[in-house]
Amino acid sequence: MTTITAPLAPEAPPSDARPGAVAVENFSFWYGPKQALFDISLDLVPREVTALIGPSGCGKSTFLRSINRMHDLLPGTRSTGRILLDGEDVLDRSVDVVQLRQRIGMVFQRSNPFPRSIYDNVAWGPRLNRRPSRSALDEIVEQALRRAALWDEVKDRLRTSALGLSGGQQQRLCIARALANEPEVLLLDEPASALDPIATQRIEELLWELKKELTIVIVTHNLQQAGRVSDRTAFFYLGELIEHGPTDQLFTAPREERTEAYITGRFG
Amino acid sequence: MTSRAPRRSIRARRARSAAMVALTVVAALLATLPLVLILGLLLKQGASSLNWAFFTAMPKPVGETGGGMANALAGTLMLIAIASAIGLPVGIGAGMYLAEHRGGRLASVVRFLSDVLNGLPSIVVGIFAWQFLVRPVKHFSALAGGIALAAMMIPLVARATEEMIRLVPNSLREAALALGYPRWRTSLTVVLRTALPGIVTGALVAVARIAGETAPLLFTAFGNQFWSTSLTQPISALPLQIFSYAISPYEEWHSLAWAGALVLLALVLVISLIARYVTRSRFGHGHD
Repeated sequence: MTTITAPLAPEAPPSDARPGAVAVENFSFWYGPKQALFDISLDLVPREVTALIGPSGCGKSTFLRSINRMHDLLPGTRSTGRILLDGEDVLDRSVDVVQLRQRIGMVFQRSNPFPRSIYDNVAWGPRLNRRPSRSALDEIVEQALRRAALWDEVKDRLRTSALGLSGGQQQRLCIARALANEPEVLLLDEPASALDPIATQRIEELLWELKKELTIVIVTHNLQQAGRVSDRTAFFYLGELIEHGPTDQLFTAPREERTEAYITGRFG
Repeated sequence: MTSRAPRRSIRARRARSAAMVALTVVAALLATLPLVLILGLLLKQGASSLNWAFFTAMPKPVGETGGGMANALAGTLMLIAIASAIGLPVGIGAGMYLAEHRGGRLASVVRFLSDVLNGLPSIVVGIFAWQFLVRPVKHFSALAGGIALAAMMIPLVARATEEMIRLVPNSLREAALALGYPRWRTSLTVVLRTALPGIVTGALVAVARIAGETAPLLFTAFGNQFWSTSLTQPISALPLQIFSYAISPYEEWHSLAWAGALVLLALVLVISLIARYVTRSRFGHGHD
């Protein structure tokens, strides 16, 4: 395996300049008449990885998608409470969802590269949002691919189709694509669930590097993965946040019985 | 339960299976038979009159030998151009609307009406165009013919576009939205571009379909024995020319009609082949 280098983008501002703190306050969410999330309050700390765990259908993904307002597309959804990004409520109607999504990147469960070249995939966001010069764009693409630990594997085939990459490479490409927007927060919805162990390991190592600059939130069904990659863990069950805290503590000394039952594999 | 079926029943089952397969093979051959016969007949009857003059020369008066269908060829190309210029943007736009608002009430009304329009006999489209585009101005025109053809094209293109856009995975839409793309831009750059080869195929199939239409042109483009590229004048078209030559009493014109039919078939065949080629390279996009 190639070693993972983490060259910080030279033009990237020092990490203090990019707080990316997310504070969720009494957030509830409904799909039509069905309430999916109940009064969630949770702080997502910058430069840490927060893992969201819990059985299927417990609201982890719903919660994750609320942070960058992916639910806006679905008719009939509504919410109460606040989700503050650096002190600003992202749910407020006045917030431009387009700008919001540039500050909060997202990686999905199934890798979803556009059926275009590797280069075009990474350049997608910057092209729209910042309109850089050609050489600046080359630089942005290279930096994003380096940060996603993909550069060495694709630097000689940037103009070939992204669909020719392996599953793990495609997922790292999707991470690079999100990073090219210079987000403050990165949301990952079970990013490794469709990958083999080696590819999964690479993604996890990558998160260790990326959290030096970003707020990272990862939904995972894999408890070992949550234990490996996260600083904090939040346990969701039936739309409620049962317990959250430092990962070590939650896994070794859970306060709630339901948490213990879940992490010891008694249900889920 | 007995452990397995007796041998004889397996043999009988295999025989039935073979008979069914044979029947479908026969049906498949019968399905292609008309095209093969038509092509053979046209080649036999039309190839002899097909020469360079057919494409470059104007029709000759009765009694003179030779002459071609240059005006009809140009007219057909022009009618296709007019129909495409109107039918493609409207059809593709309507298809995008249908795909992106699939559940909406207006969408289901539009979808139903476009299916009705698609099933409308082409002569009815022709009469309609005559009533609204020819009668008021009191003369036939290429524009009226092109619009009549466009009306036939729109439902075909709209439904093809809708189907192709529906095939674009939702994950791609989400990917673009999550990168901060506004919805309209996501539709245009990601969804439409991904569906584009399929839409091009649909458009070409629609063009092939209208290229040979006669009925909508009878009372609109009307036909013209002379060279014309004016939008407001009657214009000739291959199917119209074939029709008038074929029902004429002159042997010379009959063979020209055969040649015209052969050219028309070749035109449709070429368009269909291009459509096939575009479909095959659907997910290639020039890379790899």
